[in-house]
Amino acid sequence: MKKAELMDYDKALELFEPVLGFEVHVELNTKTKMFCGCANEFGQGANTNTCPTCLGLPGGLPQVNAQAIESSIRLGLALGCEIAEYSRFARKNYFYPDTAKNFQTSQYDEPIAFDGQLTIELESGRLVTVDIERAHMEDDAGKLTHVGGATGRIQGADYSLVDYNRGGVPLVEIVTQMIEGGEADSPEIGRTYVAAIREIVKALGVSNARMEEGNVRCDANVSLRPRGSNVLGTRTETKNVNSLRSVERAVRYEIQRQAALLHAGGTITQETRHWHEDTGITSAGRPKSDADDYRYFPEPDLVPVAPSREWVEELRATLPEPPAARRKRLQADWGFANLEFQDVVNSDLLDAVEATIAAGAAPQAARKWWTGEVARLANVSGVSADSLVQPAQVAALIELVVAGTLTDRLARQVLEGVIAGEGTPLEVVESRGLAVVSDDGALIAAIDEALAAQPDVLAKIRDGKVQAAGAVIGAVMKAMRGQADAARVRELVLERAGAAE
Amino acid sequence: MTNLIKRSAADLSELLADRSVSSVEVTQAHLDQIAAIETGVHAFLHVAGDAALAAAARIDARRAAGEVLGPLAGVPIAIKDVLATIDMPSTAGSRILEGWIPPYDATVVRRVRDAGLIPLGKTNMDEFAMGSSTEFSAYGPTHNPWDFDRIPGGSGGGSAAAVSSFEAPLALGSDTGGSIRQPAAVTGSVGVKPTYGGVSRYGSIALASSLDQVGPVTRTVLDAALLHDVIGGHDPLDSTSLTDTWPSMAAAARAGLADGALKGVRVGVVKELGGDGFQAGVAQRFTETLALLAAAGAEIVEVSAPNFEYAIAAYYLILPAEASSNLARFDSVRFGIRVNPEDGPLTSERVMAATRDAGFGPEVKRRIILGTYALSAGYYDAYYGSAQKVRTLIQRDFDAAFAKVDVLVSPSAPTTAFKFGEKMADPMAMYLNDVTTIPANLAGIPGMSLPMGLAPEDGLPVGLQIMAPAKMDARLYSFGAAVEALLEASWGHTLLSQAPELAPKEITEGAV
Ligand SMILES: [Zn+2]
Repeated sequence: MKKAELMDYDKALELFEPVLGFEVHVELNTKTKMFCGCANEFGQGANTNTCPTCLGLPGGLPQVNAQAIESSIRLGLALGCEIAEYSRFARKNYFYPDTAKNFQTSQYDEPIAFDGQLTIELESGRLVTVDIERAHMEDDAGKLTHVGGATGRIQGADYSLVDYNRGGVPLVEIVTQMIEGGEADSPEIGRTYVAAIREIVKALGVSNARMEEGNVRCDANVSLRPRGSNVLGTRTETKNVNSLRSVERAVRYEIQRQAALLHAGGTITQETRHWHEDTGITSAGRPKSDADDYRYFPEPDLVPVAPSREWVEELRATLPEPPAARRKRLQADWGFANLEFQDVVNSDLLDAVEATIAAGAAPQAARKWWTGEVARLANVSGVSADSLVQPAQVAALIELVVAGTLTDRLARQVLEGVIAGEGTPLEVVESRGLAVVSDDGALIAAIDEALAAQPDVLAKIRDGKVQAAGAVIGAVMKAMRGQADAARVRELVLERAGAAE
Repeated sequence: MTNLIKRSAADLSELLADRSVSSVEVTQAHLDQIAAIETGVHAFLHVAGDAALAAAARIDARRAAGEVLGPLAGVPIAIKDVLATIDMPSTAGSRILEGWIPPYDATVVRRVRDAGLIPLGKTNMDEFAMGSSTEFSAYGPTHNPWDFDRIPGGSGGGSAAAVSSFEAPLALGSDTGGSIRQPAAVTGSVGVKPTYGGVSRYGSIALASSLDQVGPVTRTVLDAALLHDVIGGHDPLDSTSLTDTWPSMAAAARAGLADGALKGVRVGVVKELGGDGFQAGVAQRFTETLALLAAAGAEIVEVSAPNFEYAIAAYYLILPAEASSNLARFDSVRFGIRVNPEDGPLTSERVMAATRDAGFGPEVKRRIILGTYALSAGYYDAYYGSAQKVRTLIQRDFDAAFAKVDVLVSPSAPTTAFKFGEKMADPMAMYLNDVTTIPANLAGIPGMSLPMGLAPEDGLPVGLQIMAPAKMDARLYSFGAAVEALLEASWGHTLLSQAPELAPKEITEGAV
């Protein structure tokens, strides 16, 4: 894929004003699919979670998942949206093999939630308010695998396989209004906005919110308006940008690409574009026009969704603290410096650290263990840190260190044992025999032996050359196979040598 | 036991319950009749003789073991091919589904089996229920048992012909714009379109989702009621299914047989469902029936439904629009036949197109094109949007009428059975045949057709349509049973006893 001509970013901003828009698809984590009783889960083999309805068999009919409605309303409320008193599903008609019914059951002019607002905070402290046009419910398509050909795309493939396990999984699509005035911050606005959506759905518990698994997918619309003009530029829609960093990169890339093209006298084609994670570029997809005709009409197989105002208010009462407010509160409670706190947030460890502190650990110790050793081990095994170990175990580990039962070095070994499934920290300490040896009897014997073996050192210590004790301490630690507290050993060495400090 | 096939389902129910006959005997008798006359009638697309006899034997064994079974246990039934059956092909009369055996039963089929009824096979229909004659079946038309040169109505001509030729005492049908009632009318049988949402549509291959309704096809009103009680009631798999608790339709039908049941009943005659375009014999039998009703104490009231004149136009926008979307799934990817294009690359789009071109018949293509057009950007408001407004107006017409009367009546169809080929060249003429039945579908109210005599000019059956307010299906059965009894008393026999005897030797080569 050839990289397009790019204009220098600063120059692009001098000449053009970026206008953004985002469509974020959130996969809900309901037990069953949007319109049938099939399990909303993966990994059981292709086409195992299917039925006449989600396979689009003749005679199949949809039934609305009440949990999905509830999740959508809560999400709408968390985005500051109005919740429709009367909302309908609509059929979006188009032929494609991953869409079993050859229409998507979505919402058109009567979405469940509309007119919301989300304020995000950039790293500079700048606050940007993103207007939400709507959040609507729909079902996901199946998954196509193109076999043969070099690119894995449909062009050039020998054949394609369809897995309908994902077909019918509930989605909420959140559509923003046009975002103007982003200027040089535009790429960061994209990343921060998607991060905020992700944080919200996670806090609500309505989605697993793992972007790498496609639980949250972003389509980024970018257009450029020449400075001094009030005419909007033609937009491109970069599809399925599936990491926060990629959102930022894709927006930046499109600004630079479009600017170069426009500046050279070219025109922007209204089209969807593919994002290439590996090369960091976008490439042309299919032309898209506002006149794409999906022949929307109200879904006659479903009755309207008319949530009562009482229910909506009940749901509003279940909303968690907004993530931004929660972050402010936690940082203040824990007394973390900005960088320390950002480290926790960026590592996606806010929940883990909070739970560890709630289990009794000191905030700094909780932060240090999670962003340090746990994150390192998670990185090694390529999983997320919070999936590796329970906060309660980390808290228990910290408690053992504080009590002097473990040194940091021993605690790291215990952590490995806990992760390896050997039990609680205390159990690992016992089974591996890792506790700091605090029986002075054994220590004293070792010290006396070491002092006897190095009479010259003993003499130096007695002469007041206390630093000479290092050689003996080293020998003792070695003899104890590291299971001794070095500070205590030093204390005892000086004591046995008869040279009180 | 002689002439088991001439018995009503209610009679068979009693004979089976007191073990005067076995279900195997009853089932065998109907299979024999099918074997004898089916070549001429062609009511069935599939006959499951062995499975039927095995199911019958199981019912007999359960009954012999002292189990108390439901009233229709052991009674055979024919199933319209629009309904998914796990053990029989379900083609909806279309080539595109040739040989397709669904992995599931429609809810109504499941209920019928659970109630111990014996499925005999699948009945013929116009392709995807689009038609009024079965001439659009991809597998050849069904012949009217009264005259093999004539249509049995449609789309459910197979089910109506099966019961009126005594191949089955009961059948299931589906009615989108008259597909149960019009075939009942032209074959001298009884058909009921229940209130929309009264019977589950799950597993009924959709034509127009907002209009389709599954219902009973029988020879008597009581039999229809007994079958309605089996198939009706809420189904969580159909979101449009009503959650109401329904009264027993059979009890309602029996109540209609009480003395004086018609006294004081306000019967509305819809001015717009008569007059020009109605065959003289049809109009005559209707007038005579009104006179009988008046004599029995009913109050005849003329009512007007001014918006009915737009019903056909609205119907032929809403139906094709919904059908064009419902039929999109027939793409060869997951089920049904697959046809590759004769030349050029084998892309999924081109295979879909070739399959749909080869698999769909002309009427289906016509309606898909109509519906696709009606839903297109820029036309939606003028067509689909306006049609929905007409629908609301028609519902208001019904509301106004039912404020004055208890039931509405009209001829079920403007004419008696027409000859094969008569309307094939003129789709509009075929569509106009549904003028009487369509309003009930647009409004979601229940409707019934029962025989009200033979037209003097051609000796063919004429149907009386009865309509009741939404959810008042029970009223339909009470009133229908009373009218049926009144008419039969006036004739001294049932209408179907006048049908020509169909013996194997009389079978002519089917026309068309
Ligand atoms: Zn399913």
